[in-house]
Amino acid sequence: MGEAIVITSGKGGVGKTTTSANIGTSLALSGKKVCLVDTDIGLRNLDVLMGLENRIIYDLVDVVEERCKLHQALIKDKRFECLFLLPAAQTKDKSSVQPEQMKKIIMELKQDYDYVIIDCPAGIEQGFKNAVAGADKSIVVTNPEISSVRDADRIIGLLEQEDVEAPKLIVNRVRNHLAKSGDMLDVDEIVSILAIELIGVVVDDENVIKAANKGEPIAMSPNSKASIAYRNIARRILGESVPLSTIEEEKGFFSKIKTLLGMR
Amino acid sequence: MAMAQKLQHNVTIKGTKDGLVLLLDDLCSFEHLVEELNEKLSDDHGQLLNGPLISVIVKTGNRYLTDQQSGLIREIIGQKKNLEIKRFETNVITVAEAEEMKKEAQIMRVSKVVRSGQVLSVQGDLLLIGDVNPGGTVMATGNIFVLGSLKGIAHGGSAGNRKAVIAASVMKPTQLRIAEMINRAPDHYPEHGNEMECAFISDEEDQILIDRISIVHKIRPELNRL
Ligand SMILES: Nc1ncnc2c1ncn2[C@@H]1O[C@H](COP(=O)(O)OP(=O)(O)OP(=O)(O)O)[C@@H](O)[C@H]1O
Ligand SMILES: [Mg+2]
Repeated sequence: MGEAIVITSGKGGVGKTTTSANIGTSLALSGKKVCLVDTDIGLRNLDVLMGLENRIIYDLVDVVEERCKLHQALIKDKRFECLFLLPAAQTKDKSSVQPEQMKKIIMELKQDYDYVIIDCPAGIEQGFKNAVAGADKSIVVTNPEISSVRDADRIIGLLEQEDVEAPKLIVNRVRNHLAKSGDMLDVDEIVSILAIELIGVVVDDENVIKAANKGEPIAMSPNSKASIAYRNIARRILGESVPLSTIEEEKGFFSKIKTLLGMR
Repeated sequence: MAMAQKLQHNVTIKGTKDGLVLLLDDLCSFEHLVEELNEKLSDDHGQLLNGPLISVIVKTGNRYLTDQQSGLIREIIGQKKNLEIKRFETNVITVAEAEEMKKEAQIMRVSKVVRSGQVLSVQGDLLLIGDVNPGGTVMATGNIFVLGSLKGIAHGGSAGNRKAVIAASVMKPTQLRIAEMINRAPDHYPEHGNEMECAFISDEEDQILIDRISIVHKIRPELNRL
């Protein structure tokens, strides 16, 4: 039985969908069987990022309302045999699905897939509750700016009340020159505020946007910094201990604490 | 005659330099008590019960008075315009009151990060081992001690205790409240400093002040339990 990971953030537009698409793609690259689930009903995006929009026949709400079987709604990726997408409905809203129904679907997917990656909508209401309902683990995405970190903190608090493992953190769209000049929160600061484990840092990279427009996740092109970062996150999810390298960031908060304690 | 003799002993009035002490027998029935109290107060005892304002302490020994019963006694004593009840003194309290007292006196130890949108509220003192993030709130009817950064809101003495203090390893709150008093943060904190500080209501200035934690023993000696 596989595991379900929800990608969430609180604040909108910080890169949940981008992260979901790229973690899913990276895990598929490692040969894992992966199903992406878009729970952003009414504002679906994940299919566009994956370049699969034209293949949608049934969606999540069709499955919930039993207009089709779960496997009929799953779309196979263009690039990988082992990567699938369960798209969100575009014409409905978040209230057309209940957490219990979501839980059932995720449970069913976990039987067949190694990883079920759930793309959560922004906000803390019904959509969030649905997305989290079936998840075993969670990843919180934030940008290096105060309002985004504040919302991440709120979401971490809400996740504590759910039946999921302690969340891991991704800091997305980091611009090193800004952090160095003190014009932006640096990663250490963010980790010390949020006090959860850092699983990856992704730089701000215009190739991410270009890739998104082509419907080809950046993780497919091996040379960009963002791509390496996403692949490393996938490796950490797989349990490898990949150090948070200098490309991603200088020296992490946790390594600092350990030095103080004389552990390294 | 024997009956009347006995009645004399259920209510004893003593004069002290601070006023009167009313000793109420704790073995007789409450009705007897009321009867005799009425009698004694309506008897003319000269200037003692008719002169200038005198404060009264009512001692009820091992008798537990319900709110209704103590109300009745207040009423009877209140008929004498120059008597003013300072307080009731009793040897007994209910289990519920005892538990309440215990809660007020205890230090609640909590280890967590109080995150944005979360409210941690306790009875008694709060010892938080962790941070209060911006948007998070901690409240205690007693004092608040934060072993971590206080960046959210802290409300000490939340049931009205103006003697409560709020201390933090890193004091950078968005707002501090003690009893009914509110203090907004400055719009900018300095880069350094704000370490090991303590907030309290200054009686002279009637506002919340923040100072080094080392001055606490001077302004709140009652914090000591040793
Ligand atoms: N590392 C990055 N570098 C540059 N651009 C990025 C990066 N990550 C995300 N973006 C861009 O940011 C925008 C928002 O990303 P995305 O749609 O993934 O966010 P989201 O959190 O899913 O948003 P929503 O809350 O609306 O669902 C997109 O245009 C995306 O291409
Ligand atoms: Mg999205």
